[in-house]
Amino acid sequence: MKYLERRVVHGMLLLIAVSILCFLFADLAPGSFFDEMKLNPQISSETVAALRSQYGLDQPLPVRYGRWVKSVLRGDLGYSFAYNTPVRSLLVIRARNTLLLTTSATLVAWLIAIPLGVWIASRSGGWEERLAMAGTSFFLSVPELVVALVLLYWVVRTHALPAGGMMSVDFDDLGAWAKLCDLAAHFVVPVTVLVLASLPILIRHVRASMVEVLGAQFIQAARGHGIGRLRILFHYALPVAANPLISLFGLSLAGLLSSSLLVEVVMGWPGLGPLLLEASISRDVYVVVGAVMASTLFMILGGILADVMLVVVDPRVRVE
Amino acid sequence: MASRRKIIVAVTFLLSLHGAILLAGFVAPQDPAAQNRDFPFVPPTRLHFVGAGGRIHLRPFVYSWVARPDGLYQYEESREHEFPVHLFVPGPRYQIAGVFTSHTHLFGVERPAQLFLAGTDNYGRDQFSRILFGGQISLAAGLLATAISLFLGLCMGCVSGFYGKWMDESAMRLAELFLVLPWLYLLLAVRSFLPLHVSSGQTFLLLVAVIGTVGWARPARLIRGVVLSSRSRKYVLASRGFGASNAYILRRHVLPHTYGILLTQAALLVPQYVIAEVTLSFFGLGLSEPMPSWGSLLASLQQYNVLVSYWWMFAPAIALVLVTIGYLSVANAFHQQLQSDSI
Repeated sequence: MKYLERRVVHGMLLLIAVSILCFLFADLAPGSFFDEMKLNPQISSETVAALRSQYGLDQPLPVRYGRWVKSVLRGDLGYSFAYNTPVRSLLVIRARNTLLLTTSATLVAWLIAIPLGVWIASRSGGWEERLAMAGTSFFLSVPELVVALVLLYWVVRTHALPAGGMMSVDFDDLGAWAKLCDLAAHFVVPVTVLVLASLPILIRHVRASMVEVLGAQFIQAARGHGIGRLRILFHYALPVAANPLISLFGLSLAGLLSSSLLVEVVMGWPGLGPLLLEASISRDVYVVVGAVMASTLFMILGGILADVMLVVVDPRVRVE
Repeated sequence: MASRRKIIVAVTFLLSLHGAILLAGFVAPQDPAAQNRDFPFVPPTRLHFVGAGGRIHLRPFVYSWVARPDGLYQYEESREHEFPVHLFVPGPRYQIAGVFTSHTHLFGVERPAQLFLAGTDNYGRDQFSRILFGGQISLAAGLLATAISLFLGLCMGCVSGFYGKWMDESAMRLAELFLVLPWLYLLLAVRSFLPLHVSSGQTFLLLVAVIGTVGWARPARLIRGVVLSSRSRKYVLASRGFGASNAYILRRHVLPHTYGILLTQAALLVPQYVIAEVTLSFFGLGLSEPMPSWGSLLASLQQYNVLVSYWWMFAPAIALVLVTIGYLSVANAFHQQLQSDSI
């Protein structure tokens, strides 16, 4: 438990460091949200200056950072210039949607990767392995953007599934069951893209660590005792091979969040991605910082979750 | 030895891709900026081998496209004339690497027929030529950004691995900061703080700098590991005993060990950075019209009608996938070679 405490403190420090880094970058950058207004002859330069001072943009960096920290402690997370509301009201729902998308994609990807990887490992040296290797290297080489566009093309052409967005226009009028179906239908395409993007790496790692374990002597002993193949694979070998896979789970989150951003933008999923993209174009600094902080928070939480799972699964880690 | 052969195959594939893109002016049958306003969204020209009357030609020929009167952007082949494809034909002027000027193109057809191997876009510009010229920009962005990343990574890795102590500590903490952030979020955040409305040349440099700087952490960590292990070798101790300076040891005994990692990392980073450029340009934060890059070419797919009706607008994606496959197989082969060397 002490280890967990240390991880949490470390995560907090990391968050603080990321926020400072964001502010430093933002300070180095020339111009601000209100620069576009200066081009507008209808708006006087006094108005722009007044707006700047109203939002505290004329203050030095430490003061701005202090104000932002205060606003974070109050739960507002800063103020959006473009939407004219506290950032939190924008961020919470978006973050929830991103989280929904990424967690379901992670679940599906692992549910496919583990049995498939174990099966390929059990057929080591056969044509199945070669096929899997060729398949995974192909999918490794296809960028998520291309996967997303091709799937979008297919969906738009065939009208098989809703393309884009998270719910239909008439969502509010539907019954509870229809609502669920509608959500599920909207999930399919973005989740498929994310799964296709993360699957090759997962399968390769599951296979590699299983192959290593299957060569161990205790497996041979188990085989000698006449224990069934499936029981050996999933009951004896998989728990031993799980250790590096759990670490991989924590590490793969960064890639997943990045792919998710892309998919969200392409598919119009109302998550953090479109919000961040819009905010970057309009230079809505506090929204950018908020979105980056949210993604960092997800990463850190994922890392801590992986550590907790490691403690649960592997007794050796507990003793240390 | 098998891995050596793999390296040769992969590198040859990659070199020919780069060669075609470098010599874009020569390989491309058309000027990438030339507009054919009469032929927007023409489908790819079909190469025929069987002529009128069932005669089989060894030299492929094409028919010219004519707009169908009944529909917008609908075309059909006019079967009156056959235009054989010739090698080394004269065409629009082009420059290679800004030095050589020439008229001769690798292949082409006689006017009035035109060769659109990958169709045309909304201004009737030849998509195939634009992919080749766009490849110059996308690949240059990837290569330059990789150079920046590796240079930064090498400096930071050497400093933190070789000098250790607080330098190591602070450099690695900073690296952790960059690694914990999802790269696309980081990229967008950094890009958002930079000016949006600048000339296309400046945008290119800005983009390269941002992509390269954001990715320094991973190579830095790997190089630090190598430096750390080679620093404590006995021959380093011996040369220190002979009075060698730190700079000498770094250059002579430590740096050569990092070459393998540098090469493998380069082969991994280039496609990643090309994809980063494509992604940012696709989002509208990178290069845009009229500068062709694979990202700005793909960006037209954001329009619904283009996505649905004109499948050949996906062609830049194929080029992107080919480059990625090439680089990843080179990285794979390097990695295997490194491992078999170290055993």
